[in-house]
Amino acid sequence: MKVALFVPCYIDQFYPQVAIATLELLEKLKVSVHFPERQTCCGQPMANSGFEHLTQPCNDLFIENFSGYDYIVSPSGSCVLHIKDHLHGNETEAAAIRSRTYELTEFLTDVLQVKQLDATFSHKVGLHQSCHGQRGLKIAQMSELVAPGFSKSESLLKMVRGVELISLNRKDECCGFGGTFCVSEEAVSAKMGKDRVTDHLQHGADYITGSDMSCLMHLEGILKRQKSAVKVVHIAEILNA
Amino acid sequence: MISGKNFEDVNETKEHKSHADLAERFNRDEDRVNWHDKTLWFIREKRDKAAWQLPDWEKLRETASQIKHNVLSNLYDYLLAFEKNAQTNGATVHWASTPEEHNQIVHSIIQKHGVTNIVKSKSMLTEECHMNDYLQARGINVVDTDLGERIVQLAGEPPSHIVLPCIHWKKEEIGELFSEHLGTPKGNADPQFLTAAARQHLREKFMTSKLAITGVNFAVAETGEFVVCTNEGNADLGVQLADVHIACMGIEKIIPQRKHLGVFLRLLARSATGQPITTYSSHFKKPRPGQELHIVLLDNGRSERLGSEDFRNALKCIRCGACFNTCPVYRRSGGHSYHNAVAGPIGSILAPGLDMKHYADLPFASTLCGSCSNVCPVKIDIHDQLYKWRQVIVQQGYAPGGKKIAMQGMTAVLSDPNIFRRAGAFGRWIMRYLPFLVNNPLNPWYKQRNMPEAPAQSFRKWYSKNRKNHG
Amino acid sequence: MDSREKILSQVRKNQPGVAMLPDLNFSSSSDNIAEKFSTVLVNIGGAVLEVSGWDELHASLVTNFTNKRIVTTIPELNQRIGTVDFRQDPHLLENVALAVLPGKFAVAENGAVWITDEMMGDRALPFICENLALVIRKQDILPTLNEAYQQIGMSSYNLGTFIAGPSKTADIEQSLVLGAHGAKSLVVYLMK
Repeated sequence: MKVALFVPCYIDQFYPQVAIATLELLEKLKVSVHFPERQTCCGQPMANSGFEHLTQPCNDLFIENFSGYDYIVSPSGSCVLHIKDHLHGNETEAAAIRSRTYELTEFLTDVLQVKQLDATFSHKVGLHQSCHGQRGLKIAQMSELVAPGFSKSESLLKMVRGVELISLNRKDECCGFGGTFCVSEEAVSAKMGKDRVTDHLQHGADYITGSDMSCLMHLEGILKRQKSAVKVVHIAEILNA
Repeated sequence: MISGKNFEDVNETKEHKSHADLAERFNRDEDRVNWHDKTLWFIREKRDKAAWQLPDWEKLRETASQIKHNVLSNLYDYLLAFEKNAQTNGATVHWASTPEEHNQIVHSIIQKHGVTNIVKSKSMLTEECHMNDYLQARGINVVDTDLGERIVQLAGEPPSHIVLPCIHWKKEEIGELFSEHLGTPKGNADPQFLTAAARQHLREKFMTSKLAITGVNFAVAETGEFVVCTNEGNADLGVQLADVHIACMGIEKIIPQRKHLGVFLRLLARSATGQPITTYSSHFKKPRPGQELHIVLLDNGRSERLGSEDFRNALKCIRCGACFNTCPVYRRSGGHSYHNAVAGPIGSILAPGLDMKHYADLPFASTLCGSCSNVCPVKIDIHDQLYKWRQVIVQQGYAPGGKKIAMQGMTAVLSDPNIFRRAGAFGRWIMRYLPFLVNNPLNPWYKQRNMPEAPAQSFRKWYSKNRKNHG
Repeated sequence: MDSREKILSQVRKNQPGVAMLPDLNFSSSSDNIAEKFSTVLVNIGGAVLEVSGWDELHASLVTNFTNKRIVTTIPELNQRIGTVDFRQDPHLLENVALAVLPGKFAVAENGAVWITDEMMGDRALPFICENLALVIRKQDILPTLNEAYQQIGMSSYNLGTFIAGPSKTADIEQSLVLGAHGAKSLVVYLMK
């Protein structure tokens, strides 16, 4: 199995430990992982701002980097959703990449079918279900639908020794990051983030985790401003702990 | 000190307050935002409970969506059938291309009967046409009879929500308003008491109005009848005590057959407020003996929207308001921040079709979280349409200039691995652009959030040291 | 070209390719149907009373409305309550304290009762009266609106309405208040 690691640009630059944890976790599970070094960005920030027509160079570069792999795995639901929905160019290659790109927790659950993990993380953990992973990739059931519940992230976290998952008042409310929304609609974005943080704090979380570092970066910014001792941690770091 | 040019800029922003500006103003009172958010979330929870009562909920949504799809694909025939059947039933059918024409038609009917006081039950369509202002300017006194609408009307405001028009008002404020306009004792803010006062005040209007206007929830092509849903009974009371009934509807309100009401009425109130059905669901077929019935069909861009594969699904909307209640942005920005008759997620995909320049900000007033599409009883792909409107708005040139240049620069860097690596090395070039500080010299991120700390090395640097030679 | 032609030609030009209508097959259950109807109606502010005959029904009506104006369109009650000339101005019904009207059937899932204009006396009556009583046979309760519309079928009426509970509003801070503009109370009599 030839697997390429797709590391979102902001994780590469700000949260290298998340990419390292993803890599190490996959290696522990006997997956041979390669990081195509000429990768940059999937183009999502531009596309979500209405500039999808400018993203062809990003698409071409993505196709150049990620063609020929059995799977492409990324620790970001949002970037994966963008690739799955909007990667175009050389259509044969693009279609292959779109169907082979997986967010980390869905790769672990659906492809590797992981049933146990050798990891320990003895803390109270709040799980933030990021919208693009949940409602876009369907990593977890959505509270709006009348349908049986499931959560791939939650199932994986339950395999980690010591993890105590807290419940939330609103289990899948958006955190308000939203790409450029976080600055173009600063007031609402920050308020949404504060409300998400409060929900986790009220239920006694030591850590807030999730599968999208962009949401966690936003929540971290609020926690730090509040001088809270509560930390954010990407789910890959817990699964690899 | 202000140069002429800057002064112009100031004026321009004043004229076109964007959603972001209006939302920022709404957020200055955080307690009120919390209250607004909780009130609407409570309604979302009631909707969830009601939906879970029906094992067929998702099937009903799918069925409703398919029926509406059939409507869009046969609208021409259905409109003709509805017109013919409504005429057979004794109604006069009018067609209006524009809001102006709609208002003229309504005004001419009112004039013909020499009426000056009219009652009107809830109709978002007449809000879309700004009909009240049009009629008031011509000496017609229009009284909104839905309690929430009456409250905002007394306050001189438009509704902030299509189902809950005064959801942004606190009871104490309504007490003050009623004290001023209806003479209730100062300081009494008891909802029971205030509702009783409104009942008395509006009963007199019902008893003296010879002409009643209503909206239309569903119009049945097969029979020429139409259904109006209310909880208060204000539409029925107005119509049954009047000599003339004018019903105003958009051309997309048609449904094929009477039996399809069984699908839509099961979804409408449950989605809107979590009630199993509204108190009154009245099927108006023939006017009462001696009464005149007029039906005004409005287009206002709908027939054009029908031709757009990307956006026509928005015409399926049954105006339940579920997308408002679930929207985390709406709950924290209030209906008026959308500066359009229909606010919320659905308003944000309807408005740009009416005036793309004026409403260019609305598709951006969303995180694209997708909750709206999941609660929609007719399965409109609301958040996908928000994304698509963003592309259209930018391509039509309605994106702010600075944003465009920054996005081009961002693409240049992000699509070139060499520049990207170098830029990263220069103290994290990306810091300037992510988190998306495009065209924002004052760094709005930092206002309420700390920046992430730059690590000692990037992942790619770590990888080249720790893995490259092993792989 | 007038607006009608303009709109219709644009609609014809722009409407998408034909999409079929779906089947309307939904699950329903008639188990404990009267109980379910009662629970739902009580939850939305109404009341349900089971009666075994017209005498019992009449006795129940008058206890709460002594010396008040009661109007009915049910022939069996006319000799006890009296008749009204419904050709008069509907505004004169404003002082009706209680209207007693027959319903065609009720719907368990939402507490609604279907009533058409020929049963209303005057169409204003169910809405202008201060209190409303609807009478149906206990066996005329249907599980869902789906069955309700099968029952209605293509029957002809000039005005038909589902009434579910008393008039209400929650427009002031989501506080539920009964008696907005229409009837302040609603009781459904189930005739055994």
